[in-house]
Amino acid sequence: MKETIIETTGLTKLYGEKAAVDHLDLTIRKGEVFGLLGPNGAGKTTTTLMLLGLTEPAEGQAWIAGKDCTRDPIGVKRIVGYLPDNVGFYNDMTGRENLYFTGRLNGLSEDVIRERTEQLLERVGLTDAADKKAGTYSRGMKQRLGIADVLIKDPEVIIMDEPTLGIDPQGMRDLLKLIRQLSEEDGRTILISSHQLYQIQQICDRVGIFVDGKLIACGTVEELGRRMEREGKYTLELAAEPDNEALAQLIGRIEGVDFVEREGELYIVRSREDLRRKTTLALAANGYTLLQLRQKGGDLDEIYSRYFEKAEKEQSQEAARTRFPKFGRTVHKEGR
Amino acid sequence: MEELFTKREDDIRGLKALYHKEMMDHIRSKKFLMILILICVTSYASLYGALTGITSSDSTDYLFLSLYTTSGSSIPSFMSFIALLGPFVGVILGFDGISGEKSERTLYRIAAQPIYRDSIINGKFLAGTTLIFTMVYAMGVSIGALGLLCLGVPPSLEEIGRIFIYLFFTAVYICFWLGLSLWFSVVCQNAAASAMAAIGVWLFCALFMGLVAGIAADLVYPVNNEIQALYNSYGNYTVELAVNRLSPYYLYSEAVSTIMNPSVRSVNVITMESLSGAISGYLSLGQSLLLVWPHLAGLIALMLATFAGSYVCFMRQEIRAK
Repeated sequence: MKETIIETTGLTKLYGEKAAVDHLDLTIRKGEVFGLLGPNGAGKTTTTLMLLGLTEPAEGQAWIAGKDCTRDPIGVKRIVGYLPDNVGFYNDMTGRENLYFTGRLNGLSEDVIRERTEQLLERVGLTDAADKKAGTYSRGMKQRLGIADVLIKDPEVIIMDEPTLGIDPQGMRDLLKLIRQLSEEDGRTILISSHQLYQIQQICDRVGIFVDGKLIACGTVEELGRRMEREGKYTLELAAEPDNEALAQLIGRIEGVDFVEREGELYIVRSREDLRRKTTLALAANGYTLLQLRQKGGDLDEIYSRYFEKAEKEQSQEAARTRFPKFGRTVHKEGR
Repeated sequence: MEELFTKREDDIRGLKALYHKEMMDHIRSKKFLMILILICVTSYASLYGALTGITSSDSTDYLFLSLYTTSGSSIPSFMSFIALLGPFVGVILGFDGISGEKSERTLYRIAAQPIYRDSIINGKFLAGTTLIFTMVYAMGVSIGALGLLCLGVPPSLEEIGRIFIYLFFTAVYICFWLGLSLWFSVVCQNAAASAMAAIGVWLFCALFMGLVAGIAADLVYPVNNEIQALYNSYGNYTVELAVNRLSPYYLYSEAVSTIMNPSVRSVNVITMESLSGAISGYLSLGQSLLLVWPHLAGLIALMLATFAGSYVCFMRQEIRAK
């Protein structure tokens, strides 16, 4: 087991009464790519800001490489590079000047700054545009300049907030490749917060699912999939011939099936155990030809939506409890 | 001990880099070019007005100072131009200081670098201050130089001293407006709102403070009939003066007209008794300075107070945009 580099214990941030981040315990190991996934407003950005010491937590602590993020933010910021969501640059300065400026803020010597800037511009493919004003850059170019900007201080840890937002597919592939490289070749630890599952799934070693300020699941994508299975949630996608009424009834009769629904050409079968063998046998015995059979649950999308359903259900119950008295009051007023 | 040293190093380094960047930003920006042209045009126009005014009037003992104070037939003097346009310079340099960084989304990036947070606002204020001092002294001295060429009368040492003190007052006064607009830029969400707020304060101080002072004085010491006038006019005038002096515009105008005009003997009310036996003459530079010393202290205090306000607000604010 590798050493821990980012650790939070009971990290909490309150905005008024509402907890944006609620007793977060997170451990990230050195050299891994960790994806913090969750919907908008889940508290991902707040968490990253607390890790950088830009926002003070109400409770709890966070450490990066043994440095307390609240007490020693300068020490933390020296080894952590932060790529904010929708990064901005000084529009009147060229791309190169923007990088020089960041280098100077980090107290690097002019020689080092010049050398690294050239290397990084090359690495992110902006050498040709380096002397154009940053105001003329496209979104994708700004994102790449942002990565160069983060790397100029040669950080041990990189925190990226929604790095894949608003980038075209080619740019996305390049970006993901670059992130993977940063982790594998340079050995940096990377924390990505995002709500775009597919892209992040491809490159993360571990993911944490973050809803309403709480980390509701954490682990590798496979682990999360297995955990879903342990909790008894299976989804089977199948298609067979001849496709008739009797087929649906037949599937419905198989022991252990909870629910069957039709989605286009496919039947979606939900159950609490692995039904692949039983289904195949039953279909074959009744003269059906199996065209397609796939156990869902291995991909993050499925895991994510399952966890969301769970979280949303709890939320809506809570909302219902708090909402009804309000309605009551309005009715009362109108009555008067 | 070593740790202390590196901490200090951090502070200076961040401040230096930010200061350089701010200076570069200002000097390259179009708005700076705009105010530079504006100030140049009005200054030289006022110099032209002063030169026509001087040749047609009687010569005074302080001819060189009248370059700055004399107005032409239709052109106001350099002094009144600067009193009116100076705040504009300060506001333009400061109004989008912090809100601009926020809307460009650069504040996050800067704040994530290993610098102390206050160096961001310190850098902005210092860069603005440097620029204002440079600009004011450059303008003032170049007006003097051109005037010297046209008049051919060399200034005395006292006149030079008075001009430099006048320019110092002007720079501090403009820095007050810089601090104020920087404060608004911290508090307001967008640049337009902070610019409007700062210009609003400026208009109030320049135009409406006098009305307010008059009303306040009339409330406290009414002068509606002759009896009231007999008893209250001294108090009325004193109150009006005191309220007026709350406005930095008035404070500045009063101070510089005392400095630039050696025949001004008092900034407060003079009664007939205090004039009896007085020999009319000019005040020396030291005596003039003594008259406006409280004004200088007040202006510097106002400047520092606005900067302190913006500093405190910025340090307590969430970096988070929106």
